[in-house]
Amino acid sequence: MIKNLKKQNVWFVFTPYLWLVLFFFVPLALIFKISISVSEWGMPPYRDLFSLSENGLEINSTLGNYLFIFSDPFYIRSYLNSLSLAFTSTVLCLLIGYPIAFYVAKSKTNIRNILLIMLIIPFWSSFLLRVYAWKVLLQGSGIINSILIHIGLISEPISMLHNHYAVILGVVYTYLPFMILPLYGYLVKFDLNLIDASNDLGAKPLNTFVKVILPLSLPGIVAGSMLVFIPVVGEYIIPEMLGGSDKLYFGKIIWDEFFVNRDWPIASALAMSGIIILVFPIIIFQLMYAKYNFKNE
Amino acid sequence: MNKLFLKIFTLTIGFSFLYFPILTLIAYSFNDNKRVMVWKGFSFRWYKELFHNEQILEAFYTSLKIASLSATFATVMGVMIGFSLTRISKIPARPFFIFLSSSPLVMPEIILGLSLLLFFISSNHIIGFPSSKGQLTVLISHITFSVAFVAVIIQSRLSSYDKNIEEAAQDLGTIPNMIFWKVTAPVILPAILSGWLLAFTLSLDDLVVASFTTGPGANTLPIVVFSKVRLGLSPEVNALSAIIMLIVILAAISIYLINRSNIKK
Repeated sequence: MIKNLKKQNVWFVFTPYLWLVLFFFVPLALIFKISISVSEWGMPPYRDLFSLSENGLEINSTLGNYLFIFSDPFYIRSYLNSLSLAFTSTVLCLLIGYPIAFYVAKSKTNIRNILLIMLIIPFWSSFLLRVYAWKVLLQGSGIINSILIHIGLISEPISMLHNHYAVILGVVYTYLPFMILPLYGYLVKFDLNLIDASNDLGAKPLNTFVKVILPLSLPGIVAGSMLVFIPVVGEYIIPEMLGGSDKLYFGKIIWDEFFVNRDWPIASALAMSGIIILVFPIIIFQLMYAKYNFKNE
Repeated sequence: MNKLFLKIFTLTIGFSFLYFPILTLIAYSFNDNKRVMVWKGFSFRWYKELFHNEQILEAFYTSLKIASLSATFATVMGVMIGFSLTRISKIPARPFFIFLSSSPLVMPEIILGLSLLLFFISSNHIIGFPSSKGQLTVLISHITFSVAFVAVIIQSRLSSYDKNIEEAAQDLGTIPNMIFWKVTAPVILPAILSGWLLAFTLSLDDLVVASFTTGPGANTLPIVVFSKVRLGLSPEVNALSAIIMLIVILAAISIYLINRSNIKK
């Protein structure tokens, strides 16, 4: 196999290499370039970094876009809102998802397979439509309001849409399967005899959970949390459909800055700052976690 | 007994939470009223309107086309990356290659979409390609973010499998080319299939990246649906949700049955 690949090495490695450089790295380099450019009327709406004039080569680069973003609490708050949304919903998904994954994994084989299929169905079905379902449910004339009125808890429909609680609910609902499936993957491999052993040795149920079950399912917890946290940080659709103006999130700010204000340099600077503030910590965490695992093995 | 109750209680609440919104949506898709939440009577009205809605049908076709092409290209390149990283030691700037093939996984789609759009506009200015935004630019973008997902799946399969069986085949006198087709390919085939399926669903489901990189004549299904439900509700979208759920449920059940009969064998 190894010898066999030698001749084909070149295109085997370089086709995807070249593709990723061209369509992933160059675009990122480009938004970095635009983020330090000066905004200008015209098409494209920014001044070239280098220009030749009578005075020779001129460099029109600026850190102004970054200074503008970080001096305005509006932008800083949107980063913090996105981080707190991602953190809150990851914790909630974990708290709701763990018991479900645990009991599904502990079920008898034939029931377990059916439950697993039932977990995969929402995972496969359209993301957008699952968010839309909550928009339908939370309407003023929607079914939840009707039920609450019917049982006499409220007398008039209350407004449940367009606030950040609706956003958290929508995020937890749509990302829950992403948490449950990796947790299930680790819990199903877990030997149930270990629980009996721990009980026989006199451990209380809580102790068994904290000292035996939890450490063994830690990789599942980390994998599930990553699958929720990472996409939620940049989430655009859910705040747009269910959210209101009480809290603004980073994804929507970039969208508006680009499509509504047509300010390319600011949108690019927001994206670059987003990578530094939101994405770098994740990559560093993953590297540290990989190292920690490596040491423990 | 107490434990059994806790288990049934947790699973019932959990699965109700997952299914209640979907089932409500399906129920209301049969509502014969333009106002989505006010029940007027049972009818197939919105299904009929859905099947006469040219815009949605065309978007559905566009989405299927882009998703199957993107999944195929992404799978081919994902397999190449998986093999390169596990089997070839001499890759120029290897850490950079690893960075390129894994960071699309953690890149927010909004940043990916923005950077690709600005890239397409600039490259159009400089070399005239792509001549306009459309299906091609959406396809390129979808391939780009799917490749990383396929590569991860292939890599984990290749690194967990025993290379000795290839050497055994070699010792038994198998021609190197045959080793790949007779030994390696069957082993990683399930990984290739699940990679393709994942890339297909990622493309079919994507709204954000497609919204940035689309152009005239390239409205994918999520783009059309989003434009309909961004500000209000749409009974046609209810009917569409019900149909998509039905397809997913049938697919899930058939995979379950295939698996079961395979295990029995």
